Formats: sequence, structure tokens, C-alpha cells
Amino acid sequence: MKPIPELKNAQAVDLEDIPVFNIEQFKQQILSHVQANCRVSVLFGIPGPNVRLYCILADDAQHLLLPFATDVGQEYPSLTPECPQVHLFEREIWEQCNVTPIGHPWLKPVRFPRKAGNTSKTKPMIGITNYFQVQGEEVHEVGVGPVHAGVIEPGHFRFQCHGENVYHLEISLGYQHRGIEKKLIGGPYPRTLLQMEAVAGDTSIGHGLAYCQILETLANLEVSARSHTIRAIALELERLANHTGDLGALAGDVAFLPTSAACGALRGDYLNISAVLCGSRLGRGLIKPGGVYFDLDAQRIQEMRKRLDKAFAGTKRTSEILFDAPSVLSRFENTGRLAASTAVEIGLVGSAARACGLKRDIRQDHPIGWFIGQNIPIALCESGDVLARARMRWLEIRNSVALIQTQLNQLPEGNITAPKITHLAGNKLVASLSEGWRGEICHVAITNSEGTFAHYKIVDPSFHNWFGLALALRGQAIFDFPLCNKSFNLSYCGFDL
Amino acid sequence: MFNIIKARWFQGKVTSAYPAKDPVLSDRYRGLPVLDTSKCPPDCRICQNICPNQAISFLTHVPTATEPPSSALSKGKKKKKSKEKRAAEVHPKVEIPGVLKPHIDLGKCLFCNECQNACPCGCIHYTQNFRVAARKPQDLVVTDGTSFSLAESLEKGRKKLFHRSLKLRVVSAGDCNACNVEVNVLNTLFFDLPRFGIQIVASPRHADGVLITGPVSENMREALLKTYDAVPGPKVVIAVGSCAITGGPFRDHPEIHNGAMDMLPIDLYVPGCPPHPMSILDGMLRLLGRL
Repeated sequence: MKPIPELKNAQAVDLEDIPVFNIEQFKQQILSHVQANCRVSVLFGIPGPNVRLYCILADDAQHLLLPFATDVGQEYPSLTPECPQVHLFEREIWEQCNVTPIGHPWLKPVRFPRKAGNTSKTKPMIGITNYFQVQGEEVHEVGVGPVHAGVIEPGHFRFQCHGENVYHLEISLGYQHRGIEKKLIGGPYPRTLLQMEAVAGDTSIGHGLAYCQILETLANLEVSARSHTIRAIALELERLANHTGDLGALAGDVAFLPTSAACGALRGDYLNISAVLCGSRLGRGLIKPGGVYFDLDAQRIQEMRKRLDKAFAGTKRTSEILFDAPSVLSRFENTGRLAASTAVEIGLVGSAARACGLKRDIRQDHPIGWFIGQNIPIALCESGDVLARARMRWLEIRNSVALIQTQLNQLPEGNITAPKITHLAGNKLVASLSEGWRGEICHVAITNSEGTFAHYKIVDPSFHNWFGLALALRGQAIFDFPLCNKSFNLSYCGFDL
Repeated sequence: MFNIIKARWFQGKVTSAYPAKDPVLSDRYRGLPVLDTSKCPPDCRICQNICPNQAISFLTHVPTATEPPSSALSKGKKKKKSKEKRAAEVHPKVEIPGVLKPHIDLGKCLFCNECQNACPCGCIHYTQNFRVAARKPQDLVVTDGTSFSLAESLEKGRKKLFHRSLKLRVVSAGDCNACNVEVNVLNTLFFDLPRFGIQIVASPRHADGVLITGPVSENMREALLKTYDAVPGPKVVIAVGSCAITGGPFRDHPEIHNGAMDMLPIDLYVPGCPPHPMSILDGMLRLLGRL
């Protein structure tokens, strides 16, 4: 049997070098590696008469990605009972490839994919599934969504309650499904990059980077150090804007208006720094395969630095009063607590994982571009409650501002453009990771012999983390749901694709 | 307490002076494109070929609004037309003889700058003008020589009702959260939407209209139509972002509806991917006859 290839972030491997195990070996590989502190970054199937499952494990300590595969027929024994972090991946495989993981405790549709104009009443109808129900005296069910009370994306939530106490929350999504992955087959197309920036519109840079890293590997493009630095600046700006917005939203949910009001405006200030860089507040149109579209001159660097200092001073003031207020702390503390062991089991990523004390950060574990060889300060909290997730936001804001200051000071000379891509390497698999503001973004491309995408898989951090929110709400009061939800602030469209 | 007052003191007043004074936008901001087709060499199609979203055409491509369906929910009962046929009705292609010139359909344009970069003659220029909202889809087509016609106010009856107070219910129907967050920031201190009497409300029953973002995924179609039907009439519909107008970067994906145009009677189109919050605000104020 071929050994499992050991890949760096965004390193290509020949398809024939990926070992294809039988299902029992496949399962053992996953279980033993997960036992040894690896994570399942992605597990997906390629639809067809013979379904092949690919698994890519992330070995964070060794900075490696481990791909391997197996062939399955109509069914296979589910891995979820022994490895809960794959539960959603297996449901996805069931939905997309028509392969049944036997023994899956929670086999329900993930996205209810349905074509427009399909008037038949056959399943799947969005939101109609066999919801988990708690029975008993005075136990009742609360259904919320898909259209929520605020300016927020659609999703359906079912709470099993006893009085105000939530026994269980079930989250059913799919309302934002746009069929992105399916349409990428045969690509890359001219508008693929624009679609990638809109996988999750608040994470344009994160997803754009993951995609461009794949193309650069397959086309063997050299990205200049200057481009890498500008990309890293944009990635941190995205983090700053969203984290600041989250602090404001959390403050708003506990009616602490000074911070809620100030963070709304401050978030805009960070977005406008992105606009100084590339014209778009959300970083649209900055990243391109091989480099970036916009350069920085001394005057622009000066302008960005000035704005950054001003925004950070404001954020610092407003965060201090937030974490000083007893009324805020009493609501944040011990609310929506997630134990570190649970976080490990369900494969939590990003700042939500770091709030539970798990040191998981792609910028450090699988560095690429500017982050290679850098000592990135990773903020950690231990308690895993809303307070920890809120504090993580503030700690990461502080770190990101320091990073951007360094990057602006040390912008290397060089070109920002690269030659146009004419051909992609065929019969390869590339897994590319980036640390978006929510956590690990994973893109996987498999090319056919002509060098076009035979398969493309996108995993937004929300895919790992939604279940974390469901578990965090157990035993909480239902009125704390908005607070817990904001403390995770997960993407609906990034999940629905 | 003292620290809270101090923090507020330091924050000061941040609300924009708009509409009295225009905001200063980034010099790299890509607003309304201007075409100078007098410089176009004959038979040059570089911009058309480079546009990743086929927003540029050399046909005189004049979309006309279809009659809105009497009740949005009754749509299912009617004889089903194919998606292509419906699209052809919304965008009938009319070819005018003579020299063909580029037209940019802002409903499809994602403001990505590719055409401006590619044009060897400097015919296309994205300006700093954020006033891009329009009342009719054909007004979104930027053509040679003609100036962009700004959105006009509602007709007399609805204008009288909503001129000083408009409550909106926002429905995100397959959007990527970019338009959503740009609508959301209108409520922050800088834009301060409530000062214009425009408010985003939680229930469609409290609303005077719906604001739609996203290409209308099949999975959100029913929820969108139900929300629309729950709004008491007379009502307004605002489509924000190129997705809600034409499907944006996801146009023609089988899982989406290419926007809400053939589903609901849209009163205001705000193009962009996503539009600048100022574009949305400016469009709304023009719709209400406040500018």
C-alpha cells in the first residue's frame, strides 16, 4: 500500500499517489489519526456510479495535510458514532452522492438542493425533515425562521424547551443554497473568482485567497513577497472589521448601547481602510491569481496607518468600557459554555475553538504566503463561554492591528502582477487553507487530465462550527440564544454554498 | 460610569453630513461607469470579451419591465413558462442597425474593473459617482453619450404615504451577506438611516415594503413571496445588489431565480456587488422624493 502523502498547505499531489484504502482501513486511518490530535479538514465524495470518498486530515502539530481515499458502493458503515466531527460531512455525502452511511445517528438533508421551477412535491422540500423532538410534560417546541427579525441571513432553528430552559437546539439550513460547487466543475471560468468572493461575502479575502492559492499551485505561479504582504494586510483588515462588528452586536444584545453604537461606526472605519486599499469596503476585486490588483504607495500607506491608529484607539476605548461593565459581564460569563473536550470532538475551528483553549490557527499551523516564518501571536481563552468568545474578538483585534502595522512598515519591493494563467496541471489534488476571520477555510480542487476542475470542494469554517452553537445552547435559557448566536456569528451562505 | 461618558465624549459626532454634503469616498472606489465610445475602434470587442459576467453587450439590449404578477403567490397556478422564455420577455433583445457600441448593464455589472483595465483606448471609466440607483431596469443600461437618469420619486399616492416615514422588512434570499451587511450599516451612527424616517422593522406586518438582497434561491422563494404578501398594501419593493436584480455572479445557476425581477414589482434597483451603503441610501431618498 502506498504511504499517505504528507502535504504542505496548497501543495499539489498526483491523484495516483493518493492511497485508496478499503473502507475498514480508511476508517482506521481516520480514527487513529484523530486519536493522535489530527483534525478532519474535509471529507467528501465524488458523485458517480462508483463513489470515491476523499479525506484530508490536518496534522496541526506537524504542519501537514494528509489525503487518502476509499471507494464505496451504495452504502458503507458510518464513521460518525466513533468520530463525531465527520457527522455533517457524512450527511453531505449522503445528500450529494446517494451513498448511505449505515448507522449514522442523524442522517438528514444538509442543504435540500432543489432546482428553480421544480414544482413537484417530492423531497427534499426545504425545511421539511424529521426534526429531533423531546417529549414530556410541559416540554414544548419553538420554531424560528427562515426569515428572522433582524437584517440577517435565513435559517431555521428548532428549540426543544422546558419553560425557558433549552434542552436542545436543532439548526436546519440550506435556504441560501446557490449551487456553487456543482457549477465549478469544468472550470475555472472567468467569473469563478467573483463567485469565490461571494461564497461568504463578509469573507471575500479569505475565500478568494484559498481559491487563488490553488490556481497558483496548479499553474506554478510565483507570487511576489509584495503581493503576499498586501494579501495578508487585507486578510487582517477583514478580521478587524468583522470582529469589531461582532463586539458591537454582542454589546447590543445585552443592551449596552455605548459599545454597540460605537462599534457600528468603528467597523465602518476598518471597512473604509479596505476601501483605501482596493476601492471596495469588503475587499472585492483585490486578490487575483498570481498577485493583487492594487499596489500601495508611501502616501497610501501613510493614510492607512493614520486611519488604523484612529480606529484602534476608538476600539480600545469602547472595548475597555464593555469588559468593565458588571451588567455586561454578568450576562457574558458562563453563558453558552462549550467544553474544550467537546470542541475537540466536534472539530471546532477558528476563534470559537481558541475561546475554548484550543490553539488552532492556520496562520501558525499551516502558514502560507506572508505568514511563513512569522511568529504570529495566537490569543487564547479558556472558559469557552460568550465572555471568552467576546474577549477573543478584542484580543485578536489587538493582534491584527499590530500585524498590519508590521506589514505596512516592512512592505517588500517588487511586482504585484503575474503572467496570465494559460494552463493548469492535470490529474492533481490540491488542498488550500486560509485563516478567515471565522476560522479555517478549506478549498480542495481535483483536476482532470485536461487541467480543468473535475471536482471542487469548499468548506467554510461555519460548516464545522454550527454544531458548536447547537451544543453551546444546551441547558441555556432561550432568551440567551441571540447572544450565543452572535458570539459565534456563523455564515449561512458559506455553509449553504 | 465616568469612563462611559468619557468614551462617548471622545467619540464625538460621527454622523455623515450627507445629503447636505457629499461623502469623501476612496479614490479607488468604482462607482457609475462612464463610456466614451467615440474612441472605440471599429469591431473592437475587448471589453465584451473580458467581462466575466457578460454585463457588456454590443447589441442595443433594452430591457423592459414586465407587468407585475397580480398576486405573487398565484404564480404557481399559472401556466409555467420556461426560464429562458421569461428571461427573453424581461430582456427583449432589440438590434438597432448601424454602428454597434458597448452598453454596460449595471444590473449585471459586478464593478470588478476588468473592462477598464483591458480597454486599450480608455473608453470606459468607473467614476466616483455613487448615485447608481434606478427606477426601471432599462435605466440601468449605461449607453454611449446619454447621461445616467437618476431614480425618480414614487408616484403621487405612495409618495404622499411614504415620503416622511418608510418601514422596511429586509429579506435575504440567497445573498452572500455582503449586501446584507451594507444594508445593516445604514443603521449605524455614520449613515443614521432613522434620521430620514426610514426604519428597518422586524415584522412584515409592520412594514411598508420589502428590501430584497440575493438572487432568490429556490429554497427562499416561498419565504420571500410569503413575506411580501404579509406586507399590507400599498407597498414598495427595493432590490439591492446585482444578485437581486439579475442573479449577479450566480446568474443562470439552476438553484436560483436570477433575481426578483420576474417575481415581484420592483420599485427601486440599486446595482453593485455589493452597492456602497451611500448608493442604497441615495436611492431610497430619491424614491421617497427627499432629494
